[in-house]
Amino acid sequence: MKPNESASDHRKEREKYASRNLWTGILFGLGLVAFIDEVVFHQLLHWHHFYDKSTKDIGLVSDGLFHAFSWFATIASSFMLADLHRRHAFWLIKWLGGILLGGGVFQLYDGIIQHKLMRLHQIRYNVDIRPYDWVWNVIAALMIVAGLVLIFRTRHARTYTEGAES
Amino acid sequence: MMVHYLYSDTGAFSDHHEHGAHSDAYSFSFEGDWAGLLLLLLCIGVYVAAALTTHRHHRSWPLHRYLSWTAGILCVMLSVAGPLARSSHQSFQNHMLVHLLLGMLAPILIAYAKPVTLLLRAMPVPSARKLSRVLKSKAVHMIVHPWVAAIWNIGGMWLLYMTDLFHLMHQYRLLYAVIHFHLFAAGYLFTISILYIDLTSRRHSFRNRAITLILAAAGHSILSKAIYAYPPVGVPREAAEQGGMLMYYGGGAVELVLMFALCAHWFKSVSPSPRSKKVLHRSGIS
Repeated sequence: MKPNESASDHRKEREKYASRNLWTGILFGLGLVAFIDEVVFHQLLHWHHFYDKSTKDIGLVSDGLFHAFSWFATIASSFMLADLHRRHAFWLIKWLGGILLGGGVFQLYDGIIQHKLMRLHQIRYNVDIRPYDWVWNVIAALMIVAGLVLIFRTRHARTYTEGAES
Repeated sequence: MMVHYLYSDTGAFSDHHEHGAHSDAYSFSFEGDWAGLLLLLLCIGVYVAAALTTHRHHRSWPLHRYLSWTAGILCVMLSVAGPLARSSHQSFQNHMLVHLLLGMLAPILIAYAKPVTLLLRAMPVPSARKLSRVLKSKAVHMIVHPWVAAIWNIGGMWLLYMTDLFHLMHQYRLLYAVIHFHLFAAGYLFTISILYIDLTSRRHSFRNRAITLILAAAGHSILSKAIYAYPPVGVPREAAEQGGMLMYYGGGAVELVLMFALCAHWFKSVSPSPRSKKVLHRSGIS
C-alpha cells in the first residue's frame, strides 16, 4: 500500500470488493482441492484410479466438467487475487473463508456424489473403504463449517476489523 | 524408422510392411518426407520474408513471433510427414501425439505468430482492404464465434473416435487428409476464437469465452476417458488406454496454457491504471 493511503481507504476498497474476495477464495479453494486430489491421490500415492470398471458414464461427464472447471478456477482466482492486491482491496479473512468453503464443497461433492453415487473411482482399493470415506467427508464438512464461520465474521467490515487492524 | 504396433484384429492397418513400397500408408512416405521438408522451408521462408519487409517499412516484428511460427509449422510438418506421421498409422499412441501436435499445440504457436496481421501488412493496400472486408464479413464472424468453433472442434473429434470414422480414415487416403486438415483447422479456429492474439474484428466477452473454453476442455477430457473406456473400432484395449491417457494429460496441459493466456488478457484489460489500457489498445490485445 502506498504510504499516502490511509487504512480507512484500504478498508473502503476491500468492502467494495468484498464479494470478489469471497469468490476469489471459493474458486481457489475448489482448484486447490482438485489439485491436491490429482497430485497426491492420483500421481503420488496411486490410490485413485484413472478409470475403474464400475464408473458410470455420468461419472465421466461429471469428472470432465469438474476437471476443466477446477483448472480454470485455479488460474482465474490467482489472477483475481493479483487484481485485488493491485487495487489494495485484498481481505485475507474473507479470502480464507472462501477457500475453506469452496474446497470443502468440492471435497464433499467428490466424496459423496462422484465416489459413491457415480462410482467414478474409490479413495483406495483392496482395503476397507469406510474409514477412508468417513475421514474424507468429515474433513469436507469441517472445512465448510470453518469457512462459513470466517465468512460470517467478516460480514461487517468496520465493526469487526476495527480492533484487528494492525 | 518403422514402429510395429499392429492392429492385428482389423485389416485396415495392414500388417505386411517390411520395407519399401507395400501398404497404402507407405507407398508415398519417401516422397512425402521430401515434400514435407520443402513445404516446411517454404512456409518459414515466406513468413520470414514478409516479416522482414514489414519490419523495414512499418513497425518492428519481434523475434518471438518468428520462433513461434517456426515451432508451429514444425509441429504441423511432424504430424503430416516423417517418422512420427508414418508410425501413427500403426500406433494409436503416436496417432494421439499427432492429434495433440496438429490440433492443439501448432494452432497456439501459429496464432502467437500473428499470421493475419502479418499478411495484411505485407499485402498491397487494395488487396489488404479486400481481405479485411472478408474478415469482417458475417460468415467469418460466424465461423470464429467461440461456440461454433468449439462445436466444430470437439464435435469433430467425437465423430472421429466414437464412430467408424477412425477405422475408415485408415482405408481412404483422401479421408485421412481431410480429417487431418480438419483437425488443424478446427484447432486453429478454436484457438483464435478464445484468444484474441491476432487481429480480431468481432470480440466476445471474457465470460462467454471462459465458459466456452471450460466446456470444450471438459468435452476433451470426457472424450479421452471415453476412448479409454470404449476403444475406437479396431484399436486394441491397451493402446486405447495409453492413447486416452495421453489425450487426457497432454490435452490438459495445452488447455492450461489457453486458460492462463485468457486470464492474463482479462487481468490486463481490467487494469485500474489508464496507462496500461492505452498500451493494450495499441497492441490490439484488450
